[in-house]
Amino acid sequence: MADDPESTHLSPATVSLHDVWLAFGDHEVLRGISLDVRRGETLCILGGSGVGKSTILRLILRLLHATAGDVLIEGRDITTVSHDDVLELRERMGMVFQGSALFDSLSVRDNVSFPLYEHTRQTEDEIDARVRQVLSFVDLEPEDVLELLPAELSGGMRKRVAIARAIVHEPPILLFDEPTSGLDPITTRTIDDLILKLRHELNVCSIVVTHDLASANRIATESALLFDGEVIFNGTPEEMYASEVEYVQAFIA
Amino acid sequence: MSEASARRTAFRLTRDAVLGVALAVQEYFALLVRVLRACFTRPFYPGDLVQQMDTIGVASLFIVVLTGFFTGMVLALQSAVEMEQFGATIYIGRLVGASAVRELGPVLTALMVTGRAGAGMAAAIGAMKVTEQVDALRTMGVDPVRKLVAPRFIAALIMMPLLTVVADLIAIFGGLLIAVLKLGLTADLYMRSVYTTLADNGFVFQYIPVDLVQGLGKPIVFGAIMALTSCYYGIRTEGGTEGVGRSTTQAVVTTSILVLASDYFMTQLIIVFLL
Repeated sequence: MADDPESTHLSPATVSLHDVWLAFGDHEVLRGISLDVRRGETLCILGGSGVGKSTILRLILRLLHATAGDVLIEGRDITTVSHDDVLELRERMGMVFQGSALFDSLSVRDNVSFPLYEHTRQTEDEIDARVRQVLSFVDLEPEDVLELLPAELSGGMRKRVAIARAIVHEPPILLFDEPTSGLDPITTRTIDDLILKLRHELNVCSIVVTHDLASANRIATESALLFDGEVIFNGTPEEMYASEVEYVQAFIA
Repeated sequence: MSEASARRTAFRLTRDAVLGVALAVQEYFALLVRVLRACFTRPFYPGDLVQQMDTIGVASLFIVVLTGFFTGMVLALQSAVEMEQFGATIYIGRLVGASAVRELGPVLTALMVTGRAGAGMAAAIGAMKVTEQVDALRTMGVDPVRKLVAPRFIAALIMMPLLTVVADLIAIFGGLLIAVLKLGLTADLYMRSVYTTLADNGFVFQYIPVDLVQGLGKPIVFGAIMALTSCYYGIRTEGGTEGVGRSTTQAVVTTSILVLASDYFMTQLIIVFLL
């Protein structure tokens, strides 16, 4: 399932943003953002509310179009490729939304198997086996949850099902939008552990948008702090605590 | 505020409103193009199509039957009051048949199905939009227009004419009950009267009755309008649950107006070119 973890820092960036700008009319949301993330790394994007953290994830998926700059996914600029190529590149990514975004009318089984039915020609048995495998991976008992609807799940279970759906087709890139928001501390820790497990066992490239500093400290190999549309800090969590930038100190205080 | 400033503000508001409408019309027809392309190119979603046919067709059957039944009865009752004065009650069947098949059947069915299924479409897609389920589809490489809009569009094109035929038949039956039980006509006389008006109204290409063109052509257009308008408002929903309510209302109101307006223009075209 996983690539060779030894090659992590030798390989080119899996997701790379170069001088990305985004504006809505006169309002500049992002100003010259540059970030690199490789396989086996977890980048946590931190910052206050409304600074454009989630917007970066939407640019990576091309749910939004950057005003200027390059957004490279495994070396291909998603801002310039054709519509069909965008769909192909999106298959290389898995996204976990803030509200989980599970399909209300589908059971857990149908939610998790959805990408497989869409993009593979696997048999029913193969899909069923894969769904059970990923549900077990996210610490859910398949027999207990397969036939449940999203409305019947707790917040933590919904997040785990959303993660299962995001990883079921084995994408090398995972994007998380506020994965622990609204969860109690114990469930938050469970989700953090799951993100760590994904990195260690599947060697994925993860980008996590959060404003939960404690959570970021646990899971990040690198952190980027956004302020006023710009990255004002980018480095390891240790470097962040050693930073003398005034806003960084205020944020971590 | 000075008079000049007020005038400038009024101009700006008017200009923004006009541009907003023009943009909405452009988006509406862009959606129509994408839906038509999705109807004829892979991937298809037959399971979703069957589900939508059930939601639009089977689930709307009861209200359509009720609407047709009472419309037919009230048509017969009201016309009897006037026609009795001239001793023309034997022509009740002609009036009920023509009114139901040409106008009331298609229009009332479209309005009732819009209130039920169209509102449901806008609400369902709108709720998916505000809970990021539509974005989730896109991130999984699935085109929401193909998955959500195209099956609803095709299902509406198929089910609306079928529901209209049911409404027409039930309306004629409702008229029959009044004709027989209240006016003392025989069922045979009433049905001959219905048949005469539908058969004698001319033919298209010598074989296709004009009333069949009206009776089945209009519901196809109404079905397309309902599905497209409802999905259009659903997909552009913003602003949480309040936005879903707003989209649903807009979908029903706009569809109803478009149905009534397009009915007038289609009738005008039929009168000019076919009668």
